[in-house]
Amino acid sequence: MTEMVYGIAPARSGDPVLPRWWRTVDKWTMSAILLLFGIGLLLGLAASPPLAARNGLQSFHYVERQLFFGGLAMVTMMLVSMMSPVMVRRLAVLGFAVSFVALALLPMFGTDFGKGAVRWYSFGFASVQPSEFLKPAFVVLSAWLMAASQEVGGPPGKALSFVMAITIVGLLAMQPDFGQAALMLFAWGVMYFVAGAPVMILTTIAGGVVGFGVLAYNSSEHFARRIDGFLSAEIDPRTQIGYATNAIQEGGYFGVGVGEGQVKWSLPDAHTDFIIAVAAEEYGLILVMLIILLFTVIVMRSLFRLMKERDPFIRLAGTGLACMFGVQAMINMGVAVRLLPAKGMTLPFVSYGGSSLIAGGIAVGMLLAFTRTRPQGEIADIFRRRGH
Amino acid sequence: MIRTPLRPLARVLSARARGENPDDIERENLAQRHEAMRDRMRHRAEGRLFVLAMCFLCAYVVVGVRMGMLAGSEPTEAQVASTDSEIVAQRANIVDRNGRILATNLSTHSLYAQIRDMVDPVRAAQQLAVIFPDLDAAKLQAQFTGKAKFIWIKRKLSPEQMQAVHDIGDPGLLFGPREMRLYPNGRLASHILGGASFGREGVDSAEVIGVAGVEKAFDGWLRDPANNGAPLQLSIDLTVQAAAREVLYGGMRLMNAKGASLVMMDVHTGEIVSMVSLPDFDPNDRPRPLLTGDASDSPIFNRAVQGVYELGSVFKPLTVAQAMELGLMGPDTMIDSRSPLVWGKFRIRDFHNYGAQLSVTDVIVKSSNVGAAHIAMQIGGKRQREFLGALGLLEPTPIEMVEAPTGRPLLPPKWSELSTMTISYGHGLSVSPVHLAAAYASVLNGGTRVRPTLLKQTGPQYGERVVSERNSAEVRKMMRAVVTRGTASFGEVKGYSVAGKTGSADKPKPRGGYYKDKVIATFASVFPSEDPRYVMILTLDEPTETSGSIPRRTAGWTAVPVAAEMIRRTAPLLGLRPQVETGPIVASFRTSN
Repeated sequence: MTEMVYGIAPARSGDPVLPRWWRTVDKWTMSAILLLFGIGLLLGLAASPPLAARNGLQSFHYVERQLFFGGLAMVTMMLVSMMSPVMVRRLAVLGFAVSFVALALLPMFGTDFGKGAVRWYSFGFASVQPSEFLKPAFVVLSAWLMAASQEVGGPPGKALSFVMAITIVGLLAMQPDFGQAALMLFAWGVMYFVAGAPVMILTTIAGGVVGFGVLAYNSSEHFARRIDGFLSAEIDPRTQIGYATNAIQEGGYFGVGVGEGQVKWSLPDAHTDFIIAVAAEEYGLILVMLIILLFTVIVMRSLFRLMKERDPFIRLAGTGLACMFGVQAMINMGVAVRLLPAKGMTLPFVSYGGSSLIAGGIAVGMLLAFTRTRPQGEIADIFRRRGH
Repeated sequence: MIRTPLRPLARVLSARARGENPDDIERENLAQRHEAMRDRMRHRAEGRLFVLAMCFLCAYVVVGVRMGMLAGSEPTEAQVASTDSEIVAQRANIVDRNGRILATNLSTHSLYAQIRDMVDPVRAAQQLAVIFPDLDAAKLQAQFTGKAKFIWIKRKLSPEQMQAVHDIGDPGLLFGPREMRLYPNGRLASHILGGASFGREGVDSAEVIGVAGVEKAFDGWLRDPANNGAPLQLSIDLTVQAAAREVLYGGMRLMNAKGASLVMMDVHTGEIVSMVSLPDFDPNDRPRPLLTGDASDSPIFNRAVQGVYELGSVFKPLTVAQAMELGLMGPDTMIDSRSPLVWGKFRIRDFHNYGAQLSVTDVIVKSSNVGAAHIAMQIGGKRQREFLGALGLLEPTPIEMVEAPTGRPLLPPKWSELSTMTISYGHGLSVSPVHLAAAYASVLNGGTRVRPTLLKQTGPQYGERVVSERNSAEVRKMMRAVVTRGTASFGEVKGYSVAGKTGSADKPKPRGGYYKDKVIATFASVFPSEDPRYVMILTLDEPTETSGSIPRRTAGWTAVPVAAEMIRRTAPLLGLRPQVETGPIVASFRTSN
């Protein structure tokens, strides 16, 4: 009777959401991300007051913002990581459509904040960089296309995703934002590699890159000078790199002490691109090593979990996200220690930045969703091997 | 329409035959193939993911190691001057033979601006222009408000200037520690030392590099940290140098000469004890080289090393020494001295006509060109050339200055018989005073070759023998006679037994021929003549002695009196004891209190 009146009581298919999420999610990676965010807040306390002072704001204005957006990002991350892979895919397709249109419309409605590149939409209290949101969406969409192309009679997904990648790279290069463009290309390349790129193509590309480098070095004086300048041991102490190197050296193993650092006063990008230099100066090599370790843990654990993954879509999407995250961190730190030429790239979760934090939260949430423990047909494997 | 093949064909056909639906079989087969393909893919992806993971691990390890290396190294580039970091002397001192400082370093500061840190560029520019009158306020202001981020303002600051800049109080004005080269003795030994300037400059240090003289010749040595800051010890004696410059400067003014030079050399070691070239300069503020005109008119021109001149009759003792060494004649051999000596269309004249014959000694004492020419004829051009070459007169001196190779002797284009005759009395061959000093020292020190040097030596040089000890003494005796009864009678200095030879050479015109009223007057001397210790070559460029009724230009009237004063002043400083003729000792007593 009750059922006739109130309808059938909703029956749960399987476990409740939260306990299952907690059981299956990669807790190591998640802790590492939370820890990184905590370190970012700690460094923001040191690195952002000079910026606030320059902009005439309260000294911890940027820390408060970081806390607000970071909290939002963490919640987003958890919510996204609770989704099923299919849900994530839908979210990504939707997000891709929106952010791609936003990216394409940037030249008309965007602002450049006086930095010479139109990358942002300004909404008064916050600004949004569409490419940050496009990155994870693009990766997931590409992974879907590539995985589909592996089906018997599937669409030509690799070619389609490549066309997509080139289109986006073109749009980004127009801004210009070569860093993000390179990141997109890199993510696509990694996915293509894991999806089974023919060895022939790989060797051709590798040979082509080396050949082009040699050719450019020998034929273009400008290029050669850039490379030589980068390779030479001499650093001009008045450049950003010079300040960063100096800060790392000043810090030594244990740092000069909390709040004692000087580099944040001389580097305009101390709170974003060169946050690692602030960390090195104030807290020393120990904190830097911890940061590197955390990034290593995130990337390595994700990749090793994905090795066991049976579903090609999940495997590809997870690989793209993890590698993009890892390489961004690597480039940021590589620049600070002069292993790589200067390239403006933020350190994920540690650097200051509102919309990039939330976008990062979405990306890592997707990664966590993909690396959740799932039945991978081990039982079926056993049965099959026994000849059933 | 493309027909997909029916797989597995055998089962499908048999199912058809049985009347069953073959689609199920096909679907099942498709699923199986799909599964197998996925397994294959996963297998390959596993390997590639592992490769990726390893790449990332390597990259992170590299970043970490690099961080560790950087953190372990010392910060080399301080952004601001820190007074607690000790500035080590980069460049070694230069000292004289007794350890007195000739060149040293002084800590100072350079001034630069970091535009980004400047609080009030306009005020800073105005204040700087007040402190440094040579700076222009408007120009500075334009620089401070322009695009540049970093500007050098001053290379060296005095402490007062530095304090004044400090008092402006602008955080964008910064000081970089500098070492500057300081020559505490000013003009003394300016040509020898040369000078130094800044090379590459950085915020916290700058290279100091030698630009001339010893500073440049020993640049690498002076900057070599392996020497542990050991000073470069020269053969120069600072006290002698000071006296020599003073006397030479006075003599140059008194004789209305436009230039003068002095070389004083230890006959046994070749050490140059003093070397002066006038006009000179202050190496602390080295003048720029002349861009037009004659380089020898510039004060930075070193007449003693770079200037090559036809030095005239001072060559005669060399000719006589060789003739005696060859056994062609003795001091008393009579030589034809009828003037003029006609050779082709060329005539060699003497100052006075000395009669039909002169002894070899008198050829020197009276300075007979004709006699010297006859002696040279007996020697012959080839042997003359060999002898002068053995004395080092035909190639640049090995003296340790960068300018030395520019003092290349000017040889006659063809060493003809006429050249042989003119060279015997010092015309037709141009050498520098240092060349002559070394040749004189070689002939007069007992007859062994010495090479000129600016570095302190530990003992005498024993070079190859050029003349015998006996002939060396004979030549000294003749030269002593030049002072006692010859052309250099003003050269007598009581107690020092000066021997010498005058030379008054007409200056060659740039376009050939000789000036009638311009001479290079030289007095080449050795003292004391019995036990020679020092050779001194003093030259005056275009001197005129005007105390008499007619202007006199010969060395006997110009260079010799200056040289005598020079010996009088410097010999005691060199530690030479005057030989006082000892009469009978009247009384000797000791004081005990």
